[in-house]
Amino acid sequence: MMNKMKYRRYKDKAFLYLMFLITIIAITPLASIIFELVAKGFNQLNISFFTEVAPTTLDSMLAKSTGNPVKGGIANGIVGTLQIVGIASLMAIPLGGFVGIYLAENPNKKFSTLVSFSTDLLAGIPSIVYGIIAYAWIVIKITDGYSGFAGSVALSIMMLPLVIRSTEESIKMIPASLKEASLALGTSYRKTILRVILPSAMSGLFTGILLSISRVIGETAPLILTALGSQVINLDITKPTSAIPLLIWEFYNDPYLINMIWSSSLFLMLLVLIFNISAKQISKRWAIQ
Amino acid sequence: MGNTINNNNIALHIEDLSIAYTKDKYAVKGINADIYKNTITAIMGPSGCGKSTLLRAINRMHELYPEIKVTGNILMKDQNIFKINAMEVRQKIGMVFQRPNPFPSMSIYENVLAGYSLNGIKLKKEEKDRIVQEVLEDVGLWEEVKDTLHKKRTALSGGQQQRLCIARSIAMKPDILLLDEPTSALDPISTSKIEELLMKLKDKFTIVIVTHNMSQAARISEYSMFMYLGDLIEYDLTKKMFTNPNDKRTEQYLTGKFG
Repeated sequence: MMNKMKYRRYKDKAFLYLMFLITIIAITPLASIIFELVAKGFNQLNISFFTEVAPTTLDSMLAKSTGNPVKGGIANGIVGTLQIVGIASLMAIPLGGFVGIYLAENPNKKFSTLVSFSTDLLAGIPSIVYGIIAYAWIVIKITDGYSGFAGSVALSIMMLPLVIRSTEESIKMIPASLKEASLALGTSYRKTILRVILPSAMSGLFTGILLSISRVIGETAPLILTALGSQVINLDITKPTSAIPLLIWEFYNDPYLINMIWSSSLFLMLLVLIFNISAKQISKRWAIQ
Repeated sequence: MGNTINNNNIALHIEDLSIAYTKDKYAVKGINADIYKNTITAIMGPSGCGKSTLLRAINRMHELYPEIKVTGNILMKDQNIFKINAMEVRQKIGMVFQRPNPFPSMSIYENVLAGYSLNGIKLKKEEKDRIVQEVLEDVGLWEEVKDTLHKKRTALSGGQQQRLCIARSIAMKPDILLLDEPTSALDPISTSKIEELLMKLKDKFTIVIVTHNMSQAARISEYSMFMYLGDLIEYDLTKKMFTNPNDKRTEQYLTGKFG
């Protein structure tokens, strides 16, 4: 009897160690990625990295041959990403927000089921398809050439399902009693939604928005087909525009610019990290009990 | 009685009111009753007797659920409340719910004035301050919260929250205040505070309270209704009903034989 108990305890211990070991194995690649990005990219993260545009092949060949570090940064990519993702958010957040409110408010309508289903479908489409769609709709028909705007459209359609779902979920979390309280004061339905329900759901809404931004900020495939890239800082949304992930792709294709891959990737990772951490903080701080 | 109320003491005239959730399944069956001004009327009855349904119809909260069908009339000052704008009705007939539901995104100050701000009624700063102080004094909350009026997400106890909700309702100066089991989620001390408050408030408002607590009805109300399975079994002075009920079912309920 005693032996059996002991045996069971050993089995439990072994199981515990096994779980620990598997966890270590699972996080090893993750940790290695961060380590590699920091080790190879950190020394390039200087002021010129943020203020100068991406070096050309010629610049870097010269720098390499004289033994100097490669000059230049990713300013065109940073500005382009801000612009493309910013405009995408301006389109996706209000649109998705209203759809989310509609779904939360009318859960039993047939139309809602249809919208809900389409949203799920939209979320499952590979990102390159969004790029092709934006290419066909915007690049060919509207901006008559590659453009930052086409990139924004591709990313905004990608953001839509995320914004819709997160808005819907956060509105559904708000107890019906708040809506009743507002209506019982003689408030209109519109004001009840805009002034009572939305502010109460603010933490969830913001978390969803930040997560959807961090989801698309690193997208490359749809941008290759739409924004294309640019050597200079371009503020015209109808012209080809650079973006951080596009630069990483360009650096990869240029053997002389390999160093810049690491710093750009590191920066992109930090950016996504900041969005994710802010999202967590907001949902914690603003949470309404 | 027709379509006018002759008696000045009547705040609400309920006429043949029936409420159905689904077709032919009535939660309230043909109720006739007058609610008297500046009194507390308690609606009692076992769960599912239709007392909350009746109360919610009085300020048309049932309209949140389109499947609910109401027939009959409720007259307030000669006006049929089903014929005028629901928002207008709700500004004149306030409602306090079972669970305290202050607006979490607003400060105490903003909560008290929510009825005004949400209805787009602009007030001067002095007027706002005056209303907030007056109303919070009325509900006995002023001393407890006067230093945290503008702070958001202050931790209020359940009883304080419910008094804030009452403040929010009476700030709109309604004629009638409806309360749907307002103390059932509260501890005994908070409950007695709310009861005292209601007895004080009936000088200014007509109060209708749904309660499943018989002793509460006995303590605070002048009139009592006893409902059972959607019917209004008995409606009388509370004293009379508790000492000498007319209907056998009322007596059985009051003596704890069912419910």
